[in-house]
Amino acid sequence: MGNGILVIAEHEGGVFKKSAAELVAKAKALGLGPVTALVIGHAGGAELGGFGADAVLTVTGGDTSRYSVATYVSAIQAAIAAVNPAAVFASAGAQARDGMPRLAARLGLGVGADVTELRLDGGALVGRRPLYAGKALADVRVSSSPAVFTLRANAFGVPASTGAAAPVSALAVSVSGALTKVVDREAPTSSVVDLTEADRIVSGGRSVASKDGYDKLIRPLAGAIGATPGASRACVDAGFAPHSHQVGQTGKVVNPSLYIAMGISGQIQHLAGMRTSKIIVAVNKDATAPIFQHATYGIVADMFEVGPLLQAELQAALAG
Amino acid sequence: MKIGVCLKQVPATDSPLKVKDAVTGVDLAGVKMQINPYDEFALEEALKLKDAKVATTVIVYTVGSADADARLKDAVARGADELVRIEDAGLADADSLGLARALAAAAKADGVGLLLCGKQAIDSDNAQVPAMIAELLGWAQATECDKLELSGSSFKAWVAAGGGARDVLSGALPAVVSTDKGINSPRSPSIKGVMASKKAKVDVRDLAALGLSAAAVAPKVQLSAWGAPAPRPQGRILQGSAAQVAKELVGLLRSEAKVI
Ligand SMILES: Cc1cc2nc3c(=O)[nH]c(=O)nc-3n(C[C@H](O)[C@H](O)[C@H](O)COP(=O)(O)OP(=O)(O)OC[C@H]3O[C@@H](n4cnc5c(N)ncnc54)[C@H](O)[C@@H]3O)c2cc1C
Ligand SMILES: Nc1ncnc2c1ncn2[C@@H]1O[C@H](COP(=O)(O)O)[C@@H](O)[C@H]1O
Repeated sequence: MGNGILVIAEHEGGVFKKSAAELVAKAKALGLGPVTALVIGHAGGAELGGFGADAVLTVTGGDTSRYSVATYVSAIQAAIAAVNPAAVFASAGAQARDGMPRLAARLGLGVGADVTELRLDGGALVGRRPLYAGKALADVRVSSSPAVFTLRANAFGVPASTGAAAPVSALAVSVSGALTKVVDREAPTSSVVDLTEADRIVSGGRSVASKDGYDKLIRPLAGAIGATPGASRACVDAGFAPHSHQVGQTGKVVNPSLYIAMGISGQIQHLAGMRTSKIIVAVNKDATAPIFQHATYGIVADMFEVGPLLQAELQAALAG
Repeated sequence: MKIGVCLKQVPATDSPLKVKDAVTGVDLAGVKMQINPYDEFALEEALKLKDAKVATTVIVYTVGSADADARLKDAVARGADELVRIEDAGLADADSLGLARALAAAAKADGVGLLLCGKQAIDSDNAQVPAMIAELLGWAQATECDKLELSGSSFKAWVAAGGGARDVLSGALPAVVSTDKGINSPRSPSIKGVMASKKAKVDVRDLAALGLSAAAVAPKVQLSAWGAPAPRPQGRILQGSAAQVAKELVGLLRSEAKVI
């Protein structure tokens, strides 16, 4: 049985994602021993001390400049050997979904996926996670050592930094056995944060009526509050928004503080993807649309009329 | 080349599910089942490769009980050739790694050169089994792939790289590829296929047949204390002209909800 928690701290070009601070802070709050942050592809990370990291291990050089499964698995394997943690935490995003199962299969570990709560029970970590697209919840325990958990972004919150710096040391990793090579990268269609990590989302439904309608109504409204644009499946299937924008049971599961649904009826498959949003705003011209049963604030109106007014009010509020 | 498809049956997406009790979990009695939506993309990709004469045989694998046979036959109706169902008491509470060990052993025994999976089963929502199979077999992997090209024994896969970016991976077969929406549009069953599905046989294998012991698939992940999500608090419909409600909403988001 190991000691402490190893946190995989993700960054984008040396800038830590919000989830890095969120995971470190949660790991520290659990009080299971020292928190070590592993940083792959960037030599820094002292600032993670401000959120509770006791030590930072960095892996640089070789093929670490961008994510690859071989580097990810080798680096975490080396860090586990160096730290002997009781648990490993990673953010439940694209990297962990690709790399963590491969690591777990290599080391024979169990992975508690996508937990939204974590507590200690008699010295053992217990996660709570949604299943069946949020239609049910269950506790999840992992009996391997280390126990691996992936944590849903925005579920735990980020405290203010204490300003403390953590000691940073380099971890030597030899990456071997790469079976694939990244031959190209296609840049994201927009510079905003990924839906699964977004703190604000504005989604449009089928009734945006065209790609032009989506681009003129939804994107600027999202842009006004730094939100990520999303869409219903009907909107995506009609070709008005790319499939990467789909929110729902067969799209992205999102967890923002603010979710604005524009002209979305609120079918069960859509709700499955966004029902845990803290505040839900629904704009729909049909007062009987099911989305209103889940909305914190509802507006029964034509979204093409309300949308631009709302955008102007939001811009004014944020400017003032 | 033989191509394998991992296919799971899951509750239909529009079924309102109830938690039976804290121990049993979701009550599936009488719930309509369907092929996991992401596995439909995996199956379609395999069938396209068969149409292109790259695949000789499409073998569908599932771990589950006999009530999943109907879903396997749905796959034959669309053009799959062989059906393998893995069932064993030792897999009753299997975690992702246990499922992956069973599926990996079966695909290996059949000499599959490419194994297609969905990116995620929408019941357990783990998104783990495909990459685990790849590691267990020592094969290349492509996760959440929305475009796949094969040429000879090499492949190129467009995969999610986080933040909306996509990486283009190249590698050599054999490989495990998990499919995402956007990769293709699944076909409907053909009349010929539906006829064939009536006669289709399911090859049922237990752990012993796969050369595995119950201990090898013993779960390390345990679920308990099942419950329903808390209902959302009653919301509020704002009244007034479009200009009034827009203004009121922004005020509420700022002062009451404190999210902007
Ligand atoms: C297997 C499967 C998986 C699925 N997965 C998903 C998923 O992941 N995500 C998802 O979203 N859906 C999913 N669906 C589809 C889902 O069932 C619905 O069809 C879809 O969510 C409806 O999208 P919508 O709300 O845009 O369209 P609709 O249901 O057609 O609703 C349009 C709404 O717009 C309103 N409206 C029209 N004009 C205006 C206007 N001018 N101003 C304001 N309001 C207006 C209408 O009153 C209506 O409520 C899935 C379905 C299946 C079968
Ligand atoms: N019981 C199962 N039988 C067959 N395939 C499965 C099973 N469980 C998972 N899979 C495959 O693995 C993919 C990912 O599942 P999961 O890791 O459970 O989210 C699914 O889309 C299937 O292709």
